[in-house]
Amino acid sequence: MAFKQITSPHAHAAQNTGKVMQLVLWATAPGLLALTYHFGWGSLINVLLATATAVIAEAAVIRLRGRSVSFYLRDYSAAVTAVLLGLALPPLAPWWIVVVGTLFSIVIAKHLYGGLGYNPFNPAMVGYVVLLISFPIQMTSWVTPLALLPEGLSHPGIIESINIVFSGYSPADGVTGATPLDSFKFSDGLLVDQIYAQNPLFSEAAIAGVGWEWVNIGFLIGGLILLASRIFTWHGPLAMLASLTLMSVVFWDGGSSDSPGSAMMHLFSGASMMGAFFILTDPVSSAVSNRGRLIYGALIGVLVYIIRAWGNYPDAVAFAVLLANFAAPFIDNYTLPRTYGHTDRRRATEKEEDS
Amino acid sequence: MSEITVSEVAKNGLWTNNPALVQLLGLCPLLAVTGTVVNALGLGIATLAVLIGSNTIVSLIRNHVSDAVRLPVFVIIIAAFVTCAELLMKAYTYELYQILGIFIPLIVTNCAILGRAEAFASKQTVAMAAFDGLMMGLGFLFVLVLLGAIRELLGQGTLLVDMHLLFGTAATDWVMRPFGDNYSLLIVVLPPGAFLVTGFLIAIKNAIDNANKRRTDALKDAPIKGAKRIRTTGHIS
Repeated sequence: MAFKQITSPHAHAAQNTGKVMQLVLWATAPGLLALTYHFGWGSLINVLLATATAVIAEAAVIRLRGRSVSFYLRDYSAAVTAVLLGLALPPLAPWWIVVVGTLFSIVIAKHLYGGLGYNPFNPAMVGYVVLLISFPIQMTSWVTPLALLPEGLSHPGIIESINIVFSGYSPADGVTGATPLDSFKFSDGLLVDQIYAQNPLFSEAAIAGVGWEWVNIGFLIGGLILLASRIFTWHGPLAMLASLTLMSVVFWDGGSSDSPGSAMMHLFSGASMMGAFFILTDPVSSAVSNRGRLIYGALIGVLVYIIRAWGNYPDAVAFAVLLANFAAPFIDNYTLPRTYGHTDRRRATEKEEDS
Repeated sequence: MSEITVSEVAKNGLWTNNPALVQLLGLCPLLAVTGTVVNALGLGIATLAVLIGSNTIVSLIRNHVSDAVRLPVFVIIIAAFVTCAELLMKAYTYELYQILGIFIPLIVTNCAILGRAEAFASKQTVAMAAFDGLMMGLGFLFVLVLLGAIRELLGQGTLLVDMHLLFGTAATDWVMRPFGDNYSLLIVVLPPGAFLVTGFLIAIKNAIDNANKRRTDALKDAPIKGAKRIRTTGHIS
């Protein structure tokens, strides 16, 4: 009696890069919604503009490389890079910031290294860091959250936002402001309690910073959806959030004027959740094995905290991810998974087994 | 080795074996001082002068120094010329000397110079060695200035700024601002920009070489289809 042999993986439905990427795109929706609700139309414009630029740039580069344009555009990877970059950029940033960043991500960080699957660094974060280093003024002015706008002032509408982005016409005073991490970092000489009492960004907030906490919760929800649909494993994100929490608990000094801030603030401010679930889970530039991802995630959490607390920049997810990308091959080398039944570990570079 | 012609030396230095784009030697000054044209030009000229001088002297003494001590001797010769260049710059272009700072003494460690002394000058006649120094120096200078111009233009939106440091007050007006006054792209001014622009220059050079190769290959006679090599014994030259 002959049985037809079916080998693993025993998947029920075909999975491909395009489907995974589309799901990632949908999962950014809660975060984008929160951003749009609290900070106006700017983020949505960023995302659309970045996507358009990325698709055109991707098509042009693929053509130049003599590959099939329609095949490679259908994997949606350029769109994911662009959306993540667009979400990370400050709302109402001038259009050329978005375009330069996206071009850098797609052309230099992705295709010069060989395209999807060959890029050693996360393209969106390379674009972000290039912008942050090149245009510090434009990159650090954020929009005041809806709840804190001065009386009688609202975020610019769609048409006005488009005007601001494309013609450099500046928004009304009071519409732009600092982020919580920014204002926390530059409140020297104040106790943490005093900062929380004086700065409405903190005093009006439920857990971490007005608007920002919801943005982070939005990305957390999106990330959990991706986790539930098994797009990535829990190792990376959990390790990153755990090490970030551990660092901020260990170095929390009870709220002195030198304090780098509470664990709650670090988890729900800036790009923490977006970084944990959407950036460091990039399958190309992260470590490969589960053990490797634990180390990789933990490294990012520690680096984020170190740069936020003692570095020059208020937020640090992009730098931390790029530094960890450098380390990923090294981590992989020491965390090679063993075949079932073998116990001794070996390095990936060891050619022969002595057993 | 000794059968090298003048035109080969020139072509080697300027293009096929360019110290900056092909040998990738002397990258430290290449990356560090090419923020503006004037810095690049200053350092490029100093390097050129040192290279000509050291190649000449190394070639002169090539038969009188034993192999065991040749490297220390070369380094001392190079260091002597670098000291001369440094003193000259201090005397005539003091401001530029201050801007370039440590990178002038560091010409001693520029491996392009020691490399030429070891690989070429110590085996060739004086005239040929000096000419090789000139060509290698010009090749290096050319890349430095090109890099400086690109980084200055893209990074701070100017071209030929501060040229009076090298050419006197008459050159103050040479500066051009094609993008207006408020342009700046910091990444190109910072070290990563130097790596990026150098990378693109190398890529362009390789693209030109490949295109040339394809063109000459196309001009060659195509092999006859079905032709076979006859098996022979003995020497084939």
